[in-house]
Amino acid sequence: MDHFPTNWGRPRNDAFDAYGTYPIAQRPYNGPKDTFETGVQRTQQPIVTGTSVLALKYKDGIMMAADNLASYGSLARFKDVERLHSVGNNTVIGAGGDMSDFQYIQSILDSLMIEEFTAQDGHSLGPSEIHEYLSQVMYSRRSKMDPLWNSLIVGGFKDGKRFLSYVDLLGTTYSSSTLATGYGSYIAQPLLRKAVEGYEDVLTEEQAEKIITECLKVLFYRDARSLNKYQIATITAKGVHISESRSMETTWSFAEGIRGYGSQTQ
Amino acid sequence: MAATSVYSSPGFDFSNQLRNNFLTEKGLPLPKATSTGTTIVGCLFEDGIILGADTRATEGPIVADKNCEKIHYITESIRCCGAGTAADTEFVTNFISSNMEMLALTHGRKPRVVTAMTMLKQYLFRYQGHVGAALVLGGVDATGPNLFTIHPHGSTDKLPYVTMGSGSLAAMAVFESGWKANMSREDALQLVKDAISAGIFNDLGSGSNVDACIITANHTEMLRNVEMPNQRVQKEKTYVFRRGTTAWKKENIRDLIVSEDVTPVGTEAMDTS
Amino acid sequence: MPDMVSLDRAGPQQRQFNPYSDNGGTILAIAGADFSVIAGDTRQSEGYNIQTRYAPKVFKLTDKAVLAVNGFAADGNMFVKRVRQRLEWYRHAHAKDMPLRAIARLIQTMLYGRRFFPYYVYNILGGIEEDGSGAVYSFDPVGSYERESCRAAGAAQSLVQPFLDNQIYFKNQTAAPGTTHPKHLPLQEVLSLVIDSFTSATERHIEASVGDGLEMYVVLARGSQLQGLENVPNVQEMTTTSDGERIFIIRRELKKD
Repeated sequence: MDHFPTNWGRPRNDAFDAYGTYPIAQRPYNGPKDTFETGVQRTQQPIVTGTSVLALKYKDGIMMAADNLASYGSLARFKDVERLHSVGNNTVIGAGGDMSDFQYIQSILDSLMIEEFTAQDGHSLGPSEIHEYLSQVMYSRRSKMDPLWNSLIVGGFKDGKRFLSYVDLLGTTYSSSTLATGYGSYIAQPLLRKAVEGYEDVLTEEQAEKIITECLKVLFYRDARSLNKYQIATITAKGVHISESRSMETTWSFAEGIRGYGSQTQ
Repeated sequence: MAATSVYSSPGFDFSNQLRNNFLTEKGLPLPKATSTGTTIVGCLFEDGIILGADTRATEGPIVADKNCEKIHYITESIRCCGAGTAADTEFVTNFISSNMEMLALTHGRKPRVVTAMTMLKQYLFRYQGHVGAALVLGGVDATGPNLFTIHPHGSTDKLPYVTMGSGSLAAMAVFESGWKANMSREDALQLVKDAISAGIFNDLGSGSNVDACIITANHTEMLRNVEMPNQRVQKEKTYVFRRGTTAWKKENIRDLIVSEDVTPVGTEAMDTS
Repeated sequence: MPDMVSLDRAGPQQRQFNPYSDNGGTILAIAGADFSVIAGDTRQSEGYNIQTRYAPKVFKLTDKAVLAVNGFAADGNMFVKRVRQRLEWYRHAHAKDMPLRAIARLIQTMLYGRRFFPYYVYNILGGIEEDGSGAVYSFDPVGSYERESCRAAGAAQSLVQPFLDNQIYFKNQTAAPGTTHPKHLPLQEVLSLVIDSFTSATERHIEASVGDGLEMYVVLARGSQLQGLENVPNVQEMTTTSDGERIFIIRRELKKD
């Protein structure tokens, strides 16, 4: 017997405890229910997913990198997916999270750019405008409880100014001189911060590329949903450049020396 | 409350778990333990092992201890970093340290790191993860340098460089990009400091200072607070309260000196015969 | 095995999207006789992760009103954006800035308008009233508000508010015989208390953490003296008009661990 009057006098679960010897009975769930839960389909969880995107500021602009893997759960499903996408001539967006939602975002941004172009008003959307637009889209979708399941990094260079900012499925935004999504925020961000903070205005493209590939390599070693095939984007005064896919060298020779997990020596 | 079952099964008695789950659900959670949301690391170098730890202990979001010691003594040449429930890491390392000393006295020689590792994993496995200790065990013995991680459920790993705690990813990133086989003592110590610092500055569960411990075949050097990058700044004001600030309702002064009058009765001299 | 019955709710498990998050940080405001100080740290975090070391939580609304927002950053930024929009509309309609007490009531109605899908934001509004007095208004996420002399909100509220109660309201302090506690503290004293509040909270609070940087806005009533503000390091004036209230910002570093 318990001290909740609503349960007094009710039969305990007859299925296994016909005589009610068990101290606490199982009770039916009478909590709140959503009557229409089967009515509408929303993104409840991401399906085909991309992992981290990395980005940093350097002397001439912004550098961004992401690998080419789209996972289906723990399955490495697609190994040639491009997760960096250019928008106009001054902006690149990189996406982690659900790839179908990302493709939808690409299509709405492309429509937006076409619409802006046809206005022919002498203005073009720069990275900060695109980030603002994206954050409004993401925030309004989260407010409809129908989020676009992505973490996005927007990087760009316009009118001599670098721009680097983040937005995710909750509509949360922030910017800093280094950014990383997903596991990258735990693994790569410490390395990026140490290498970049305070040197944003002196790092050359070669140095920046060295830093970002080193971070991608560490991610490949430790993030089980990552791949050693990646692309790097640079956004500078010269415009947007997204590289071809490339692979990195990795070393596993240290594993030769490891024997077992405890007292084993052979 | 009726007994859970007439039949008492062998092994552990989990009957209170049901009650505890019930109470938790009704809004009476178990008291929270101090946990060390930690960064702890260890790595091999040319002549031994270096262990490292931050010094922040937390209780939920509050810093319980700004300068605690997470590198625990096992034997002179074996040390153990602890993450997880502070009480568990402290007790379990102390307990194994004591058993290792007994073993040394029994056999008349230095016990090995694998022995400590085996004792720890068997103890932790027995408690099925309820003893919340995540450990980095390192030391040098007759077989050379040894480095292990031990998880709360009792599984172990043997690797040349390891990290644990909430800052383990930040610290591991530093190791993955900087560790090489047969590093010099200076380089390895710098790498350990960098790994712990990555945890301190990027993981909110870790903070304050860096502790390190260098273990070689014939010497162990404990470097307490080898780096202190987070000293408290000078306060703007001094907070001194005037005597009489605290109000009182009544005053009661008691004389605690006990005095006694002794009246000598007889006056005759002491009998000394 | 009958022993294995658990109290978990049986039936299909529904994993729901959670539209909220907690981005940590702490904000604080203190009203003086003819000034108001509104401060906040600049760290934005989620869980044990620092998202950025510089994301402002304190925003200048007009020359006499400053709003600090704390809680879920996306809601906070959106809320500030909408308040600013309403203030701009007011300016176009009435050719003047909205008075502080009116802004406070506006914020209440805006928050309550989302009673059943609230902005997960704690607001503190500071500034100068029409009578020239320093004022602080504090709000809960659904719009309950009151005017106060001081208020802390956010992750380290439980550490800072008792300290302010003791140092501003002189709680648990008996005045020396024949004297009374001052009703308002001077600006320099208040700035010291704000800095000490944040450095101390940084020492002892981690999770939804406080740290990295501190931004303090000072609003001075029309015609009042600088009160030593000219000697404070890293002070910057943000006033846009020449005959009204004056606004300053002071920036400080906080610990980064």
